[in-house]
Amino acid sequence: MERPLHPFEQPRMLPIADIVQETENVRTFFFAVELHSKPGQFVIMWIPRVDEKPFSIAYDEDGKLGLSIAKVGRFTEKLFEYKKGDLVGIRGPYGSPFTLQEGSKRILLVGGGYGVAPLATLASQALARGITVDFCNGARTKTQLLFMKRLKAMKIHLHIATDDGSEGRKGFVTDVAAELLAKNSYDVVYTCGPELMEQKVVNAASEKNVPCQVSIERYMKCGFGICGACCLDGSGKRMCLEGPVVSGEFARTQSEFGKFHRIASGHKIFFDAR
Amino acid sequence: MDISTRIGSLKLENPTILASGILGVSRASLMHVFSNGAGACVIKSISLKERVGHHAPNMITYEGGMLNAVGYSNPGVDEAREEFKELNNVGGPVLASIIGQNAEEFGQMAEKLLPGEFSAVEAVLSCPHTPGYGTMAGQGTPKSTEEITKAIRSKTQLPLFIKISPDSQPIGEVAKAAEAAGADGIVAVNTMGPGMIVDIQTGQPILHFKVGGVSGVALRPIAVRCIYDIRKAVKIPIIGVGGVTTGRDAVEMMMVGATAVEIGTAIYSRGIDVFAKVSDEIRAFMQEKGYKKLEDFVSLTHKLEG
Repeated sequence: MERPLHPFEQPRMLPIADIVQETENVRTFFFAVELHSKPGQFVIMWIPRVDEKPFSIAYDEDGKLGLSIAKVGRFTEKLFEYKKGDLVGIRGPYGSPFTLQEGSKRILLVGGGYGVAPLATLASQALARGITVDFCNGARTKTQLLFMKRLKAMKIHLHIATDDGSEGRKGFVTDVAAELLAKNSYDVVYTCGPELMEQKVVNAASEKNVPCQVSIERYMKCGFGICGACCLDGSGKRMCLEGPVVSGEFARTQSEFGKFHRIASGHKIFFDAR
Repeated sequence: MDISTRIGSLKLENPTILASGILGVSRASLMHVFSNGAGACVIKSISLKERVGHHAPNMITYEGGMLNAVGYSNPGVDEAREEFKELNNVGGPVLASIIGQNAEEFGQMAEKLLPGEFSAVEAVLSCPHTPGYGTMAGQGTPKSTEEITKAIRSKTQLPLFIKISPDSQPIGEVAKAAEAAGADGIVAVNTMGPGMIVDIQTGQPILHFKVGGVSGVALRPIAVRCIYDIRKAVKIPIIGVGGVTTGRDAVEMMMVGATAVEIGTAIYSRGIDVFAKVSDEIRAFMQEKGYKKLEDFVSLTHKLEG
């Protein structure tokens, strides 16, 4: 007789099925697996003898998992040497997702950098429910705008802003979002990207009394609520489990939101306000 | 029904304590744990200087519990003093956890960290997976335990608990050394091992440090036997730790001599409200057995032996 074993967390080794160059610094790594995750959730990737890091899920449909990853440090430099067929470990999905509300008619999505990845998935799910989507995508310059092909293929109202004006509006994506909030009536605002951008969007939504959902990214080790690295000052809530997606009103009560985050040692690093 | 407990001069509303190294990285994280029913909290261990710890994976779970090799990541004593302020209104007593590479460093830690608002101090002589510290630095012997305990004792009046390793045997001798050197209590036990789990697709150990301390249900019977041995060796209070997951497990540890229990790994399997759940389960057990207070069954196993 077989008796059930307790569930546990260990990486599942998967071969890289495909690699797509998204921008000069970002590649999407595909795996032939579907995790049935929800937009805003994340996985943790292991490269043996290197490290383990969390990544948001860019694609999880039609039997394909896609992670869009920027080359930024020791771990991702190693990953960018990997070829099709090489094995990496994946565990998850983890964390709270973005959720579409019953009865929503029109929503505003504001993304920056790879924060656009989960919002693109959310947008396609909203369209399938007949919700009108305004999508703001911002970056420093045209070549850093992520998922433009994917976004342009969707029946959304796409609003682009670049700091240098090389595509779309010249300026900050938060200004575009504020104008849209002033002009249109939205049921929910969703935002994911650099934290100072998120904070502006959260505050703008709050001023208009529009509910908001925001993804708060924090350094994390375990991903299952044990290590404490991702606890927020304010509530102590764990962004791997009780986050990363939280309500804007909750975020506004957290003393570290938009101010600082902690690194591996627990040392605080303050966001550099521009 | 009264499930409050005394550990020496320390009074707790219930006998569940957050174990060191789990959450406990910030004042806010302690508040979150207290609001989920903990009777006390131990902070994540602090060293003199900032430590980033080992690369990840730092923690993995398996059928028997968890393996971890975090490597004492912490911001160092100066930033920790700033972090752990205003502890009198977080929800209960907070124990500082300190580590050092030798007796002198433990003494320095006591001097630098403890003049804050901590209710007690837990000195860890027993980590199995960090070079320079714990059992990897030979801190698990009776002689080393005595030296370190004396060094801390000379620098603080706070209740002093020494956390020892299940791999330091005979464990009663280690506890005796701590008691003789002035410790107010023993915390038994740290993780065991270290152990190793290998990914069979690649042949690679999963933890980046390759080996890690074993906690959770696999550790529990060993912890219970260690507490049983320590109770026979010393008079000072024991805080039991190692795989406590349910009220039954907490009661079991108290029956062999603990007056409170620390909980860590069970947050994974039962959620952060495991503290409230374990307290409720202890109350239900006491109701069933007609016990009015914890003393009615603390050290019962020893009393039966006469």
